[in-house]
Amino acid sequence: MSDNGCGFPAPGLHSFLFEPIADFGWFYFNKVMLLALLTTIVICVFFYFAFGRSKVVPGKIQMIGEAGYDFVRRNVVYETLGKKEGEKYVPIMVSLFFFIWIMNIWSVVPLAQFPVSSVIAYPAVLAAIVYLIWVPLTFKRHGFVGGWKNITGYDPSLGPIKWLVSFIEFFSNLLVRPFTHAVRLFANMFAGHLMLVMFTVASWYLLNSWMIPAAGVSFVMTMAMILFELFVQAVQAYVFVLLACTYIQGALAEHH
Amino acid sequence: MSASIELAAGVSGSLGSIGYGLAAIGPGIGVGIVFGNGTQALARQPEAAGLIRANQILGFAFCEALALIGIVMPFVFGQ
Repeated sequence: MSDNGCGFPAPGLHSFLFEPIADFGWFYFNKVMLLALLTTIVICVFFYFAFGRSKVVPGKIQMIGEAGYDFVRRNVVYETLGKKEGEKYVPIMVSLFFFIWIMNIWSVVPLAQFPVSSVIAYPAVLAAIVYLIWVPLTFKRHGFVGGWKNITGYDPSLGPIKWLVSFIEFFSNLLVRPFTHAVRLFANMFAGHLMLVMFTVASWYLLNSWMIPAAGVSFVMTMAMILFELFVQAVQAYVFVLLACTYIQGALAEHH
Repeated sequence: MSASIELAAGVSGSLGSIGYGLAAIGPGIGVGIVFGNGTQALARQPEAAGLIRANQILGFAFCEALALIGIVMPFVFGQ
């Protein structure tokens, strides 16, 4: 805990570490894992009630489910991959979008109040799944040599600098891309959670004698940050699937 | 030169926050450019709103990621 001499318990890395709820020796279970498990359950239950007994005239839950599904399909997959190529990737993109979104939303749910995706392992695995989709797809679509040409952006018309361009493209596409893909989601949620904790703790810390107005300001900031975080959570889930689609689009594209 | 190094060595306190302030300048300019040009594009071609908005948010995410990596790095390299 970083103490600046005034006793303010500033949030830090320790805000992201949890004691195990249950310890089996070789395996332990903590709050983050519980929330990740709950995410899966929430999604499964919601989509079961939305589409389990789907009707031609949709009910309320089915309407919400269809709106969400259609949003990802039309605005993300069809916009980037097109109707013909994209249809195959709609299920994974819809699952990714809702999984990430619900994981993020735990950040502002009372009692939970922790975004699962602010633990780097979760975005890292999701980015790895996307990586394992688009890299083999490149080689499957273009063959071995063509696949490397696609990834490195080999372009003979560039003349002597084509090797330099290929080297940079290789580095940025194969090595940096999965890293930034995961870190973008992670860092957004990490920073958002830090800010929420900071203002929440501050509005409790400032709650004495003449500091009470400051506590009020901090509390208003907490509420404003919660609204902002709700927006950021949805945007980050959207950006994650949009980038995943862009990578797949790059893998499918004919390179000249 | 050596005088300025001595001066810099005397600076203490929460240097990380100053560093983060510096790190946020670039992404700040970037996000401004993204949304400024995005708004301009929307005003010029309102019929392409969907495409522009998707690219705008993509560009925003690219810029913003730099600032956020700046937030995370002190936790990695700090102490």
